[in-house]
Amino acid sequence: MNDMTPTREQREAALEGLGCKRKRVEDIRFTQGKGNYVDDLKLPGMLHGDFVRSPHAHARVKSINSEEALKVPGVLAVITAETLKTVNLAWMPTLAGDVQMVLADGKALYQNQEVAFVVATDRYAADDGVAKVVVEYEPLPVIIDPFKSMAPDAPVLREDLAGKTAGAHGARKHHNHIFEWTVGDKELTDAAFKKADVTIKELISYHRTHPSPLETCQCVCSFDKIKGELTIWGTFQAPHVIRTVVSLIAKLPEQKIHVISPDIGGGFGNKVGAYPGYICAAVASIVTGKPVKWVEDRIENLTATSFARDYHMTTEIAATRDGKVTGLRVHVLADHGAFDACADPSKWPAGFFNIVTGSYDFPVAHLAVDGVYSNKAPGGVAYRCSFRVTEAAYCIERAMDILAQKLGMDPAELRLKNFVRPEQFPYHSALGWEYDSGDYHTAMRKMMEATDYAALRKEQAQKRAAFKRGETREIMGLGVSFFTEIVGAGPSKNCDILGIAMFDSCEIRMHPTGAGIARMGTKSQGQGHETTWAQIIASEIGIPADNIMVEEGNTDTAPYGLGTYGSRSTPVAGAAIAMAARKIKAKAQMIAAYKLEVHEDDLEWDIDGFRVKGLPEKFMSMKDVCWAAYNSVPPGMEPGLEAVSYYDPPNMTYPFGAYLCVMDIDVDTGVFKVRRFYALDDCGTRINPMIIEGQVHGGLTEAFAIAMGQEIRYDETGNVVTGSFMDFFMPTAVETPHWETDFTVTPSPHHPIGAKGVGESPNVGGVPAFSNAVNDAFSFLGSTHIQMPHDYWRNWKTAKALGAVA
Amino acid sequence: MAKTHVTMKVNGAEVEGLVEPRTLLVHFLRETLQLTGTHIGCETTHCGACTVDLDGLSVKSCTMFAVQANGSEISTIEGMANADGTLSPLQEGFRMMHGLQCGYCTPGMIMRAYRLLKENPQPTEEEIRMGISGNLCRCTGYQNIVKAIQYAAAKQSGVEFKEAAE
Amino acid sequence: MIPAPFGYHRPTSVAGAIKLLSTLGDEARPLAGGHSLVPMMKLRLATPTHLVDLHGVAGLKGIRRDGNSIVIGAMTTQHELIGSEEIGTSLPILREAALLIADPQVRYRGTLGGNVANGDPGNDMPALMMTLGASYQLQGAGGARDVRATEFYQGAYFTALEPGEILTSIAIPVPAATHGWAYEKLKRKVGDYATAAAAVVLTMSGGKVTSCAIGLTNLHETPLLAADAAKAVIGTSLDAASLKKAASAAEAIMSPAADARGPVEYRKHVGGIMVTRALQRAASRAG
Repeated sequence: MNDMTPTREQREAALEGLGCKRKRVEDIRFTQGKGNYVDDLKLPGMLHGDFVRSPHAHARVKSINSEEALKVPGVLAVITAETLKTVNLAWMPTLAGDVQMVLADGKALYQNQEVAFVVATDRYAADDGVAKVVVEYEPLPVIIDPFKSMAPDAPVLREDLAGKTAGAHGARKHHNHIFEWTVGDKELTDAAFKKADVTIKELISYHRTHPSPLETCQCVCSFDKIKGELTIWGTFQAPHVIRTVVSLIAKLPEQKIHVISPDIGGGFGNKVGAYPGYICAAVASIVTGKPVKWVEDRIENLTATSFARDYHMTTEIAATRDGKVTGLRVHVLADHGAFDACADPSKWPAGFFNIVTGSYDFPVAHLAVDGVYSNKAPGGVAYRCSFRVTEAAYCIERAMDILAQKLGMDPAELRLKNFVRPEQFPYHSALGWEYDSGDYHTAMRKMMEATDYAALRKEQAQKRAAFKRGETREIMGLGVSFFTEIVGAGPSKNCDILGIAMFDSCEIRMHPTGAGIARMGTKSQGQGHETTWAQIIASEIGIPADNIMVEEGNTDTAPYGLGTYGSRSTPVAGAAIAMAARKIKAKAQMIAAYKLEVHEDDLEWDIDGFRVKGLPEKFMSMKDVCWAAYNSVPPGMEPGLEAVSYYDPPNMTYPFGAYLCVMDIDVDTGVFKVRRFYALDDCGTRINPMIIEGQVHGGLTEAFAIAMGQEIRYDETGNVVTGSFMDFFMPTAVETPHWETDFTVTPSPHHPIGAKGVGESPNVGGVPAFSNAVNDAFSFLGSTHIQMPHDYWRNWKTAKALGAVA
Repeated sequence: MAKTHVTMKVNGAEVEGLVEPRTLLVHFLRETLQLTGTHIGCETTHCGACTVDLDGLSVKSCTMFAVQANGSEISTIEGMANADGTLSPLQEGFRMMHGLQCGYCTPGMIMRAYRLLKENPQPTEEEIRMGISGNLCRCTGYQNIVKAIQYAAAKQSGVEFKEAAE
Repeated sequence: MIPAPFGYHRPTSVAGAIKLLSTLGDEARPLAGGHSLVPMMKLRLATPTHLVDLHGVAGLKGIRRDGNSIVIGAMTTQHELIGSEEIGTSLPILREAALLIADPQVRYRGTLGGNVANGDPGNDMPALMMTLGASYQLQGAGGARDVRATEFYQGAYFTALEPGEILTSIAIPVPAATHGWAYEKLKRKVGDYATAAAAVVLTMSGGKVTSCAIGLTNLHETPLLAADAAKAVIGTSLDAASLKKAASAAEAIMSPAADARGPVEYRKHVGGIMVTRALQRAASRAG
């Protein structure tokens, strides 16, 4: 050892592995405008497609006249449902077992539904063509209120389902009914309610909203007539799934379909499923033999691509009079719009909503979900929410606050009293999940201490008294939220998408000079996988992260994966990465043993290489092993150093967190101000704290928007009232609160590196914190439950209804 | 409609093209000049992803016609890096402070911050947030974007940037 | 998001612009900052066949003193208003209002003339102009004429501007140096139109209001001058009762649209609050 020898700390730091705030690889190109997004792609002879859309929410399409449109210079074709029928693509399967019109077939079922696809030489001509297509409609009666979908005299929406008394998920009760899903023990639950000291019952609605990534959905489809191969570049969070789906519905051999997701400008669940634009562009390319690009506008994105939420949850909790919960009963009315295009694993028509027991030890529970059709855009997707976990968390967190109010207990105390206890893990919930690990009490207490919760309650009491004395017109609310999420879809015994199990994958290949390339089945849309995946590999095999190239999104080269959504990447692909890296390390150990002339078992791993036990100067770095792999492997061993792992997770993972929102509201104007927001997240092992913090900031901002005004709202004739950024609330840097982040670490016992995933937690836990804050602010004036979103005007209406405003 | 010839300076270089009067400046930049760093996120002039620096002003290039920019001097994200290829203070700040995730709002955000710092080299946090209020971001929640701009402001003044304790 | 085709013209003089507008006919529109017109064109809600770009027209810029008035060229941008020392000193309410319009990028291009001329009930400057007693110079084939702001607005997107006329400058009488002023705007977020906004310019003496003008934005299909509300505070010290009277009088003339910003009753209610707060802030600034 001399002064030139790096210390162990230095060698560790040089790897930039697990736990370090590695700066992002992606940023080099993004900050220079050299990202590679779909609309940046320009191919020779490329055409553009654009949609004619229905202004009506429900109408017969009597005729489509393309005569004038075809005269517009540059317009080459106008595709309608009739055209698509000739190739059996007028309808396509959805991810939820339903079917969806690609183009309006006989009728349109929601405003802005795709009616015709105009193909032209450039996007300007396509737009001109769209303006010239003449469609004759005959308006039909509209269903906008899901509570009216199953009325006896409700209009028939889905004529294609006439006579079908069963759907993909069982019996249908009504022509506008989709499925009924029940979980839990009804008898035991009903019994618990019968003998309960105290019960609460409330209709808690999670309004319709939309993921709205900054980049809209788009694709370029290019069919090579000579080779019979279709290449699709698109905004796909799950490129392999798209390839398989296209193969099945277009009847093209899968090896002749190349799907590429380049850089994606945000997904948040919007870009998981297949949209009519992709199908029409593909058909147009096959027919013309030229590449066809489709790029939707923002209004199209908000009004016609998949919405999120629209869950109406009648929620009941039974409890003892000293605040121990004894039962949970929830009925959900789920509005799926015109087609059930929900992006769920196949068996779960309501996603993982049965996580609704939340962080609490409910001995019994029962859940029933009814899905219905309406004249709205199809869906719903998981807007940063795993699958329906945002809805479940909102439901239980609101309900616990309502229970606390009824019992006269502090909401934090009620939670502490009912949390699943550390010794109960792994915990089997009454609705069927096995929570892997958690330490809820520690997290909650840490939050309460960090925010000086007791002092805030004191302040609130003083402010309430001052309000009643007429000394102030401001009310103060504390929004507590303690969520348990379920992510990492998922074990093959539970989860599949259209029959494909939800494993994920990683392939690593090391080069002779101690560098390597790794490919995964996930696809980042901003989560920083190029940076974080290399960190996992660096820590596992002792090669600096900077020397590992990470690639995702090209289905020809990446091993099959189910993509990135629902915070599944770290739990599933992250595990596959560790497992593949360990296979590399195992082979490397054999090579090192051979080169060092010892037995494998005489070697121990030391940060970036193998050291002979008891002989510290006998060391071989992984870098040197890489070279040796290409010239001197042990006899009988294949040269090279690569491995692939397909990981079928044994369980989901269960990140959790404790959030507190402090909010002040001016009752006269309804204007709210988030004074403070504290977010403690436990995502198990933390791969890159800088990226985790960024994910939390972003998710909280989305949650803030949703809770405080972001909605997709329809008027009674089915017009979308909030269809552009004028009215769809997208906060700027001025409205967005300041975020304080904190953490605890409770590793997942079943995950190879103990990580759980974090991307969606802030949206899951954030919305209840904001909504509980508003509710908590008003509760002393007599309210029990105020529906979100909590726009200024709604807050004022609430204040007026409570008599706080003249 | 008959096309018009336009010339302008983009990132220091004289460029020209044939455009219709209705050709939006953002499409001229992206499609004719192949400068695809400037992005489109909406059609109602809200999101700011298309922001460029035109004759010393931050302008949403989706709300101007290319013909209106005839004779103008425009800077886009592609022109921001230093002459030796290293990242400019703003670009470096965005990387160091994790002020971007998907990267889609980033070019518009940086071009806006560029003009903001030119007019106000030492902005307060409030001034930064007001200053970028014409640029939407869905990924970062803005907090690290603010830090990125503060980092650049410090670097441009030759001061070391000290992150405020959370 | 692509506008319909149009012809583009860039005259260099007011006379040239007027000539073009009259020869090109009804479907020709002047183009100022473009941040109201171009978004409408991209949605094909507006389909002018010709645009007459005013950016090259001489004499439409500038902020100058003309006796007791300040004359502002119609093509002066919000950004230029904000940066003008003259405005900051003599008409600070203009600066305050300009900073509340849209966002930074829009303010670099959006013009005062565009904001006051197109008749959009959501625009902020019209109510301000009415409050300040401003008048607009209009020029057309028949010559130049002045129209007071209070006579200019006739309905939503319907103004006294005749076809073939353009608004070339705005003349604003300079308020007394001791005047109090405030523009109070409630909006959902930066960049939004007002849910309700009130402009107040007043003078005080011995703690009592000696003159007052109140304007209302986006609370009717046109901007409003709340004359009765202003009268109600003259001679008072803006005590609670007088403020209440003023707010009620203002609310009585409001008929806002119900939209995503809120129902009619809410917008009227907060309209009244904007009047109250603007009066209070203006009073605090009065010399």
